[in-house]
Amino acid sequence: MSDNGPVQTRSPVLTVRRVDAYHAITVVAPQIAERFRSGQFLSVGVGGEHSGMLLRRPFAIHDVKPDYGGTVEFLFAVRGPGTAWLAERRSQDLLDVVGPLGRPFPLPRDPVNCLLVGGGSGAAPLFPLAHALRRRGCRVDFVLGASSADRVFSAISARRIAETATFTTDDGSFGVRGRVTDALERVAADARSDVVYACGPMPMLGRVAGAAGRLDLPAQVAVEEAMGCGTGLCMSCVVPVVGEDGFTRMARACVDGPVFRAERVRFDDVGTIPFDALGAPGWKPWSDDPGAEGAPEREAG
Amino acid sequence: MRTRLAGLELDNPIMAAAGCAGTGRELARFFDIARLGAVATKSVTLEPRAGRPAPRMSESPSGMVGAVGLQGPGIEVFLQRDLPWLQSQGGTAVVSVAGSGPDEYADVARRLTAAAGAAMIEVNLSCPDPAAQGRDFADVPAEAARVVRAVRGAAEDGVPVFAKLAADAADPVALAEACVEAGADGLSMVNCLRGMAVDPVTLRPAPAGGVGGVSGPAIRPIAVGCVYRTRAALPEVPLIGMGGVQTGADALEFLAAGASAVAVGTMNFADPSACVRILRELQQLLEERGVDRVGDVVGAAHRPTGAAVPGR
Ligand SMILES: Cc1cc2nc3c(=O)[nH]c(=O)nc-3n(C[C@H](O)[C@H](O)[C@H](O)COP(=O)(O)OP(=O)(O)OC[C@H]3O[C@@H](n4cnc5c(N)ncnc54)[C@H](O)[C@@H]3O)c2cc1C
Ligand SMILES: Cc1cc2nc3c(=O)[nH]c(=O)nc-3n(C[C@H](O)[C@H](O)[C@H](O)COP(=O)(O)O)c2cc1C
Ligand code: FES
Repeated sequence: MSDNGPVQTRSPVLTVRRVDAYHAITVVAPQIAERFRSGQFLSVGVGGEHSGMLLRRPFAIHDVKPDYGGTVEFLFAVRGPGTAWLAERRSQDLLDVVGPLGRPFPLPRDPVNCLLVGGGSGAAPLFPLAHALRRRGCRVDFVLGASSADRVFSAISARRIAETATFTTDDGSFGVRGRVTDALERVAADARSDVVYACGPMPMLGRVAGAAGRLDLPAQVAVEEAMGCGTGLCMSCVVPVVGEDGFTRMARACVDGPVFRAERVRFDDVGTIPFDALGAPGWKPWSDDPGAEGAPEREAG
Repeated sequence: MRTRLAGLELDNPIMAAAGCAGTGRELARFFDIARLGAVATKSVTLEPRAGRPAPRMSESPSGMVGAVGLQGPGIEVFLQRDLPWLQSQGGTAVVSVAGSGPDEYADVARRLTAAAGAAMIEVNLSCPDPAAQGRDFADVPAEAARVVRAVRGAAEDGVPVFAKLAADAADPVALAEACVEAGADGLSMVNCLRGMAVDPVTLRPAPAGGVGGVSGPAIRPIAVGCVYRTRAALPEVPLIGMGGVQTGADALEFLAAGASAVAVGTMNFADPSACVRILRELQQLLEERGVDRVGDVVGAAHRPTGAAVPGR
């Protein structure tokens, strides 16, 4: 109920477009547009009022515009029945949308050189970030990767916004054959990058975190863990994250993230409960350490 | 819209179900949680617990299969941080307790009592009993009764203790009777039913934890049946009904089957405003019937055929 928290709206669809392998839906949602900061996402109810599909589908916010009082756009690939239903929406249909959700990317105070790395649909949240960074006088360089040419996200706008844009595909059908991390170190050197921002599949983020670590660059990553609610209620989207006190907690990607500092995410342990995580079966209370019982800023709940 | 649960009076019969309302803070971003009859907390254990590995959830037809595994910060952090916050918002806190044996349950209940602020204690009996491989306390009525007796003994006298049962007990009514015998002031039913899903690509269990709990509208008829049968056997025992409540009409169904309050679980995930919407819808349904006391419809389905229908 705070003025900058998420809202739930029934938003009319303005447009549905095809963009290569993706569908783009723009909805009229002024309150979400107003509150949005880059890195945040929204969740959409699918299947209609009497649907058996209960869980909302999360999507990164790709663009926010002041037109029609405030519109929000998201891009998605058809993966299953929920996204198939969304792809059939038409202009003026109503969508039940909740947003903006999650913690945004922190922006640098000074105009520094920013390297933005995206994999597949994970590139979506990097576009509003790029605009926000440019407004602050930052240099922006993109490295975008995907399995094939038609899955490289918004290549044209990447070229338009950024100083340089490098593309990689697994099959070599566009840009350089290989993975984003193959190009990352060279681009970071050429662009004299000061900070890395990344979003994409977990294994890719793990490799980006490794590369940023080797280059001694701070990195912010937006993770995509399967979500049951997107609002912090269900505890389904947990990722092992090391807190400021050195303790690992099972943090909720939807409200404690999706953006985390790369070196705090234990990528090798994603999908497990690390033995030393707070409350893991082998974990022992550290009663002599107040950090164990205090309420840290990003508590997993 | 007031309703009574063993000496506890709620402003209205709609509650948020345990484990489906976060710490209350997450829902409070969407509405004032003081508008609900009560908020049940995620089950609290003595020490912090990290829960089960991800993925923890899989969508199923009109429901979901979840295996979260009681992730939580432990009773001390709960008392320092979560319970005072709920109170500061004017929320009525039903504190759900869990443990690995009667002693741990009782320990949690004792600390709660010392801190004050819990309007009711709900005993989550769908927890694995380490002494019985793969079984929950609720699977063996005598074990469930031991837990309930321990909690009732440790809790403050004025605070009602409700035992929370699942519908997939061998004999839910016998289990309910055992819990009441052991001192439960009322019963919450139902918890998730055991089930699982298999990922069609990896052919591995999804969620990763293997067997999980099925919840959502898919289990509603089973839950309503459980409430109805228990009410018939134990007409004096107050019941909190839950399982797949999606609309005000669903809440009315539970009231008529014999529940005095109704909790909303999985629908909070699908619609963060579900609790207040369901409350509004229920209010409207009762108004349309000209019923102004919730008690008038509680147990209505048990009246003999031909008896007057409340408000009709
Ligand atoms: C924070 C976040 C942002 C996302 N942003 C985008 C985006 O901008 N564009 C895009 O194409 N996709 C995005 N995704 C993935 C997208 O949510 C899934 O593709 C979508 O939920 C699939 O739904 P479905 O019904 O078609 O598939 P099904 O596989 O049938 O879905 C069944 C269930 O699994 C969940 N699920 C399946 N795949 C995923 C997944 N990869 N991530 C999370 N949950 C999943 C669904 O939400 C649903 O509950 C994002 C995911 C997250 C967590
Ligand atoms: C993700 C999830 C977590 C839950 N956690 C708890 C819990 O901690 N304690 C408890 O007693 N019940 C827990 N439950 C059970 C619910 O409180 C409720 O009894 C059950 O889900 C049936 O109601 P529903 O169909 O409305 O969800 C949980 C359910 C879900 C789906
Ligand atoms: S998706 Fe439910 S807590 Fe994150």
